[in-house]
Amino acid sequence: MSALVVALRRHTNPAILTAIGCIIALLIAGSFYSANFLSPDYLLQQLQVASFLGVVATGAMIVILLGHIDLSVPWVMTLGGMMATASAGWWGDVGTALAIPFGVACGAVIGLVNGIGVAYLRVPSMIFTLGMNAVVQGLVVVHTGGFAPQDRATETMHELSTGRALFGLPNALLLWAVLAVAMIFLLTRTTFGRKVYAIGNREKAAYLSGVDTRFVVLVCFIISGAMSALAGVLLAGYATKAYQAMGDAYLLPAIAAVVLGGTNILGGRGSYAGTIVGTILITLLQSILSVMQMAEVGRQIIYGTVIILMLLTYGRGAKTQA
Amino acid sequence: MNRLRYGLLEHRGTLLAGAVFVVLFSVYIANYQTGLNAAVATTVANKGVLLAIVAMAQTLPVLTAGLDLSVGMVFVLANCIASAVVVGSPLETAFGIVVVLAAGLACGLLNGLVIVYGRLQPIITTLATGAIYYGLALWLRPVPGGDINSDLADALTGQLPGGIPSMLAVLLAVVLLVWVPFRNSVTGRAALAVGSSEQASYMSGIPIERVKLVTYALSGLLAAIAGLLLTFVTYSGEASSSIGGTYTLNSIAAVVIGGTSLMGGYGSAIGSIFGAFVLRTIGDLLFVLDLDPLWQPLFQGMILLVAVSLSALRLLKIRNRLDLFS
Amino acid sequence: MQAVSSAPMLEMTGVSKRFGGVQALSNVDFACGTREIHALLGENGAGKSTLIKIMAGVFRPDSGCMVLGGEEMKFATPRDATAAGIACIFQELSLMPHLSVADNIAITDPPRRFGFIDGRAQRRIAEEALARAGAEDINPYAPVSSLPLSRRQMVEIAKALARNPRLLILDEATSALTAADVARVFQVLKRLRSEGLAIIYISHRMSEIAELADHCSVFRNGRHVATFAKGEKTDMQVVEMMIGRELSHAFPPKPKHGTNGAKPVLETRALSWEERLRDISIAVKPGEIFGLGGLDGQGQMEMLLALFGALRSVSGEILVEGRPVMLSSPESAKRCGIGIALIPEDRKTDGLMLPMSVRDNLTFAALDDISAAGVISSRAESTAVADMVRLLGIRMSDASSAVATLSGGNQQKVVIAKWLLTKPGIVLLNDPTRGIDVGTKQEMYQLLRRLADEGSAIIFYSTDYNELIGCCDRVAVFYDGRIVRLLAGDEITERALVSSALNIPAADVAAAEARPPV
Repeated sequence: MSALVVALRRHTNPAILTAIGCIIALLIAGSFYSANFLSPDYLLQQLQVASFLGVVATGAMIVILLGHIDLSVPWVMTLGGMMATASAGWWGDVGTALAIPFGVACGAVIGLVNGIGVAYLRVPSMIFTLGMNAVVQGLVVVHTGGFAPQDRATETMHELSTGRALFGLPNALLLWAVLAVAMIFLLTRTTFGRKVYAIGNREKAAYLSGVDTRFVVLVCFIISGAMSALAGVLLAGYATKAYQAMGDAYLLPAIAAVVLGGTNILGGRGSYAGTIVGTILITLLQSILSVMQMAEVGRQIIYGTVIILMLLTYGRGAKTQA
Repeated sequence: MNRLRYGLLEHRGTLLAGAVFVVLFSVYIANYQTGLNAAVATTVANKGVLLAIVAMAQTLPVLTAGLDLSVGMVFVLANCIASAVVVGSPLETAFGIVVVLAAGLACGLLNGLVIVYGRLQPIITTLATGAIYYGLALWLRPVPGGDINSDLADALTGQLPGGIPSMLAVLLAVVLLVWVPFRNSVTGRAALAVGSSEQASYMSGIPIERVKLVTYALSGLLAAIAGLLLTFVTYSGEASSSIGGTYTLNSIAAVVIGGTSLMGGYGSAIGSIFGAFVLRTIGDLLFVLDLDPLWQPLFQGMILLVAVSLSALRLLKIRNRLDLFS
Repeated sequence: MQAVSSAPMLEMTGVSKRFGGVQALSNVDFACGTREIHALLGENGAGKSTLIKIMAGVFRPDSGCMVLGGEEMKFATPRDATAAGIACIFQELSLMPHLSVADNIAITDPPRRFGFIDGRAQRRIAEEALARAGAEDINPYAPVSSLPLSRRQMVEIAKALARNPRLLILDEATSALTAADVARVFQVLKRLRSEGLAIIYISHRMSEIAELADHCSVFRNGRHVATFAKGEKTDMQVVEMMIGRELSHAFPPKPKHGTNGAKPVLETRALSWEERLRDISIAVKPGEIFGLGGLDGQGQMEMLLALFGALRSVSGEILVEGRPVMLSSPESAKRCGIGIALIPEDRKTDGLMLPMSVRDNLTFAALDDISAAGVISSRAESTAVADMVRLLGIRMSDASSAVATLSGGNQQKVVIAKWLLTKPGIVLLNDPTRGIDVGTKQEMYQLLRRLADEGSAIIFYSTDYNELIGCCDRVAVFYDGRIVRLLAGDEITERALVSSALNIPAADVAAAEARPPV
């Protein structure tokens, strides 16, 4: 076999190739339902919607690479959106200008708490973040019930989510692209990224190599919290207001996008390119389901089934052997 | 007596959880206006037993070092099915109950099949199957409704002669008919072995696949029993993803409080029952101590968080830093 | 020596097995009779473990057949092998830590009553098995996690015996045992031999094989090289069969005089931790190879961990280059002054990230040195990797292949290379040659001496007396957490090491030596 094919085979995760194949299949299937499906306008709009999920998936992925998981995504997203809108109401003009950073910062703080619980208190991440999700929900209840804050999105937020500033490309997509480049660089070219993969493979060996593994885990959870909050800000901008339970519909798709992109749920393996492909795949799936006017009932069932089928194709573990 | 000493050591988690429950419940009753009488006990039991059985359902996969994030959804699905079929004449009712339990068994079996033969991780699998079960529940009950055999419902949510809540009797029956046989059977022992070390279990020739299938199937069955009982309490079926999600989270917290290790190999469903009752009592305590309803979700969330973080206490005892890593 | 019974208990013919690109076994023939202890010898990667695992039903051979007790056997799972009467004790234990000793012993086929497990019958089975293994002192109700490693190994042996096997296989089963337990196990094996069992025994310890084995088979590169009876070959001949090349010297020469009046680069004063280290005070100079001796588990490992910052609440002082340091983590040890490195005992779980590439593993401890502002320089990285591969002679297909594909000896070389990149002034080694083939061991001894000559201080814990005698300039013998004897230069003899390890006062040993032999 030629050297090129061998190199491609070795460096490309079979999962990514399968996912790309599925995307193509979905596009073809979609075009049967509506001629519009393959038009550039529609595809661009899909990418815009995909950006929201993509931002969440970015945070989800780096935590999954460590071998952990962040289940506090739903309410941290809501928190992010709500804090951004509220800041404009609390601090007038300054608040409006700082709305987006403030929302993201709140998410980062929650991520910090998650990181402390997982890295320093060594509580299993799925449990701690699940508990944190409930705590953040409680915080949001107190916030909305007690203080009747502003929930209208600022101009900037709306512009970011829906505007098209450059060459007719959606701003949200540009934002995702910037994040993607940053994440790919972080994971492949920096010592931090190398440490993330090592910890996901075997934290004890990484620790015994003189690496401060706890700090790396902490930073990854901060990133995850910030990303979730940023996605919440985008959603609030899109809908021009923040509302409760904004994030509920994003947790499962985000994890699915990461896993379908070839990242191993146990950590230590995966590339961001896969997450990009996985995100687009999930978004297309959602679109097709709504074009087919499938009710929520069908969506949930199809979601779960599709994830399992795709994982069965290439996400399987090894048979236990000595 | 060596046997006794090791036995106590083995069950220390369960005993501790039981002690915590007794203390908390006493505080609760002391602050409750009317003190402990049959009516109060029945209300507590009716709510607590539901979570206790879901916690039992969660315990089984956890023993094998797995996790079932779909228990809450199986719970909700069983509730919806029950609200449709557990009605009519005694024969029809009995048949309906069998249908509900079979559905739970099937859900659990599906989880097990995908995890075992698909070789997928339990977390992601049950996250996905949970969505499927929720979808099915939504299909059955797009809006809350349905009915239940009211005679049976009254009997089960009422009291036995002597003032003992019937639900507690149901709980005892479930423990005796499901947990105790499982724990003392070869499969139950093998489940603990698999959780303790799957590699060593394979080398010892344990039929890991069969053990996991049985474990997840029983877990589905227990979740369905709890869903059935929910129908008797609420007289209707509702496909609510927030109820499902809350029960899942609470079941995990109950398992942890009850002393079962999330790493597998050690624990007991009885500890999880105590853990569930501890959680319920805390919620009721907040109510009884007149906490502003606005702040209750936050407090309950924080208590859940603290409960699941209790395992951090063992860090204080660690002298070799390498023990921090599994 | 027992006469080998004419019909072999186990006969394997033409067995081959391939894993991916590696031919682990080629066309191997092997036979072992009843009333026989048959040793398997060979370097790591020679195929012994693979052959054993085929016998135990863990792997299925690509070709060839296996005849046990006259019947042809094909095992699909370990359970089949157990049912056929083969019991195997591996290096990796097959015990479930949370369960009790009795639960573990009876795990595959617990006694039942009315469909449920019969606890009392199980305890009886456990007690019988433990007695048969010579470990009556172990309480059947104790959870396995509460037992030290050598006791767990005895439980493992009892578990194998409980199934009444006709063929017993031990794969480096004594590596974790204390000397007393090893002696007990030998007695048990000899008794089992006379009872009619066939026993296959893998070990890297020549002294054990010399005492136990009736026959030895040597493997090299997946092929069966030779089989001979006890006493037919000398140790050197055996080693040469194993490595296929002549051995010049076993150990590199030590410097004639002790290191000059250089100041010690590493000192401890009254170092204590829990009950495992008591009042340890040593001073190691640059250029010195300082050995830790004594029986297993007397505190040597804890000493190394304390010097690497992995232990909490250590009392006493540690001084590096004369200055006291607080070691709160391996990171602080790596970064303190001239740098401390630790080569851990278990390379697979502590030393390497197995699925990651050789390159990623090799550079992992020295990431700061090959990067600027957190960004890795691929040129610096490739240079560093190439240098180390050349220096240590690491054999692999290429630097981006997973380190899991390398043989044990090469994996250990990657671990050492990883630390050499940090240019440490103090190197700690925790039994680094355990389970490593003879050829790689030689290379490691040469490397250690070269490192010392270049100025590093080396602390070397080994369970092999020959290594301590051959490599070290000084040896501190541990007993119950204390240093009972400090030997230097020519004082390091096997007699001195063994006697101090057993805490026999030096005066008694000297007196015994002075007396003429009877």
